[in-house]
Amino acid sequence: MPLYLDDQQTMLRDTARDFIAEHAPPAHLRALRDANDPTGFSRDLWKQFAEMGFTGILIPEAQSGMGLGHVEAGVVLEEIGRNLSPSPFLTTAVAAVEALRGTAHADRHYPGILAGDTIAALAIDERAKFGDGIALAAERSGNGFRLSGTKQFVTHAHVADLILVAARTSGSETDQDGVTLFAIDAKTAALDIRPERLADSSLASRITFANIELHADAVVGDVDNGREVLNRLLAAGRTGASGELLGVGGGAMDLTVAYLKERKQFGQTIGSFQALQHRAAHLYAEMEVARAAVLKAQQLLDAASPHAGQAVAVAKAMTGLATTLSVQEGIQMHGGIGMTDEYDIGFYMKRARVLAEMFGDANYHADALARESGY
Amino acid sequence: MTDLADFRSETRAWLEAHCPPEMRTPVRSDKDICWGGRNPDFQPGQREWLEAMASRGWTVPDWPTEYGGGGLSPAETKALREEMAALHCRNPLNSFGISMLGPALLKYGTEAQKLDHLPKIARGEIRWCQGYSEPNAGSDLASLAASAEDAGDHYVVNGQKVWTSYADKADWIFCLVRTSKQSKQGGISFVLFDMASDGVSTKPILLISGYSPFCETFMDNVRVPKANRIHDENKGWDVAKYLLGHEREMISGMGLASAGGGNPLIEGAIAAVGLDDRGRLADPLLRASIALFEVRARAFGAMSERFVDELKAGRAHPAQPSMMKYYGTELNKARHELQMAAGGSDALEWESDASNGGAAARAWLRTKANSIEGGTSEIQLNIVAKRILDLPT
Ligand SMILES: Cc1cc2nc3c(=O)[nH]c(=O)nc-3n(C[C@H](O)[C@H](O)[C@H](O)COP(=O)(O)OP(=O)(O)OC[C@H]3O[C@@H](n4cnc5c(N)ncnc54)[C@H](O)[C@@H]3O)c2cc1C
Repeated sequence: MPLYLDDQQTMLRDTARDFIAEHAPPAHLRALRDANDPTGFSRDLWKQFAEMGFTGILIPEAQSGMGLGHVEAGVVLEEIGRNLSPSPFLTTAVAAVEALRGTAHADRHYPGILAGDTIAALAIDERAKFGDGIALAAERSGNGFRLSGTKQFVTHAHVADLILVAARTSGSETDQDGVTLFAIDAKTAALDIRPERLADSSLASRITFANIELHADAVVGDVDNGREVLNRLLAAGRTGASGELLGVGGGAMDLTVAYLKERKQFGQTIGSFQALQHRAAHLYAEMEVARAAVLKAQQLLDAASPHAGQAVAVAKAMTGLATTLSVQEGIQMHGGIGMTDEYDIGFYMKRARVLAEMFGDANYHADALARESGY
Repeated sequence: MTDLADFRSETRAWLEAHCPPEMRTPVRSDKDICWGGRNPDFQPGQREWLEAMASRGWTVPDWPTEYGGGGLSPAETKALREEMAALHCRNPLNSFGISMLGPALLKYGTEAQKLDHLPKIARGEIRWCQGYSEPNAGSDLASLAASAEDAGDHYVVNGQKVWTSYADKADWIFCLVRTSKQSKQGGISFVLFDMASDGVSTKPILLISGYSPFCETFMDNVRVPKANRIHDENKGWDVAKYLLGHEREMISGMGLASAGGGNPLIEGAIAAVGLDDRGRLADPLLRASIALFEVRARAFGAMSERFVDELKAGRAHPAQPSMMKYYGTELNKARHELQMAAGGSDALEWESDASNGGAAARAWLRTKANSIEGGTSEIQLNIVAKRILDLPT
């Protein structure tokens, strides 16, 4: 498969680009932020996503979805990133759909996701930096399990219908085995969910599980073998986050390049200064390399290639590095105006930071790559 | 799709049968590279490998068969390269003819010129060098002064070139000469001549790596038949630019891990500092530097693949080779810096057997030219800024 978008994928991109730019441009995020909106995104927009078919992009056709792949999901995510559109798309339509694929939970939750009703959240982080350790305990209790422990950085948890929780059913915190994934109905479980506003004005929660009783059918996949499902969820989440980062970095670069062409100092447009041209050109190179890495990861994931894992690590690390550069250079090249709340470039910087941290930062993934390469 | 799968398995079997074992080991130094030419300097296995590949047109798999190529489709060419990589086969032939002149001849040459030169390039019989730069025309190449005076059916060429890589070993040169002073870029012609012609002499220049692959090339009343001019008189700049695009594309490949398998950077680091009891490089900062470098290198690998795919489909921006050249060469310099840092004092040995004649140190020094030759990094950034980002002048 050639490493560029085919005609159908290009058509989808054009559709997504027009739709998202029209309905959820950066001004949309700004309005939600200014209103201190307690949801953090627009439910109407989520419904519209469903009407466009976007929420079913990864759901098999046999289950009424579009039956497409990670390349297509990435196309939508890139536009979400470019427009800074707040949306539960990544957690719900990408990560959760992948985690539930082929399980009984799919039949239960896919219809709600397809309809734009269901919001899913991922309770997988337990500390400030993403790591592989899982301590939250799920003890067998009667016909089910009892969960106790804490999770953090759970985006959309406060409005979620479905929460996917990674818990320990045996062994100790650092073990790979002994992990189980649970699908929790957030509306009925008595979870202590504390949403906090993040730097990018999205909302993520700290969740305390205090002896939460779950029925055995909450298990997704196999008991003690949850890494398999969790890894599928993470591969999709990381690839998706990389696609969104690409949009954030690309959007910031576009703003910056446009500004270089318009702002005048010393009687000339600042974009004619070679010092800035070289930095802009270097940034372009970093973003293009990141773009190729993301498409490679998406394609390998869709092909179920054994090399997908490493490609995903490269994509997440590379987009973290390139997009961080893009937003930093963006503010610097905007000069003082880049520091004002009134200009959008700062919004890009905040969003990039959140996405770069999500599912493991560039160092985490470089480390993973090194481990897999035997050094 | 099954045709391609068949092609793949047949190719693999053929490579297994025909690639000599010596040609499946990593390239350790310049001496391991095969350049062909009238006076070839073959190492064991090189001649057999070159002849086997050339017999199928696979030194230039995607060129038409009538010009000595393999006539393969883009997908087949990609499959061949992947199978070669999987078996750790070395490149059978390194050649400015293949990577630079060939594409320019295919686009701008007459039928006679193509039939005359391309098959010899494909078989590695003629070694070419590039006569572009002059002492006063480096980055500002179009200011070149070497003159070609019209003498009826031929030109009389006078002047000096500099930095001509391997001019002393090359059989023929492709050369930019001034045929008019009326216009800077519009007064340049592109000519080919035999380095054995009367009036051509070369003088090697020693580099910081201790090698002297470069020369000054002097042209003193050299007769060049007009039939050797590619494209119209005074239109040589078009050919030169087209060729530079291919040169940049070739040089950008340097950012990728070396052909012939393995990862010398990681293997070298493990050999130098060892692994700790958790199987990690014992120097955590070196490990982190290498891991972050590898992220970029692998991402660039994807970029290279995408670039080739886009090129084959005619979708690449014409200035994209500049981006690739810039990124690939800066990456290659970084790779060799890390390799030296990992190697420590072992890697500093300049002549010992253990260091394979100082291969690591010499390669490290050689890479410093990657961001100069074929147009400097600064020039590539200028091109990206103006032609891709459309920034004002
Ligand atoms: C190893 C090696 C192999 C080579 N092989 C060949 C060969 O086979 N054939 C051949 O013809 N040539 C060859 N060259 C020559 C090469 O193409 C030139 O060295 C190169 O184009 C730079 O020219 P220069 O050395 O004159 O540097 P200069 O042009 O003098 O540049 C000096 C510095 O100024 C910077 N600079 C110049 N102009 C600008 C600008 N407009 N904006 C920003 N910065 C600028 C450059 O980037 C550089 O940093 C080779 C060079 C090397 C080092």
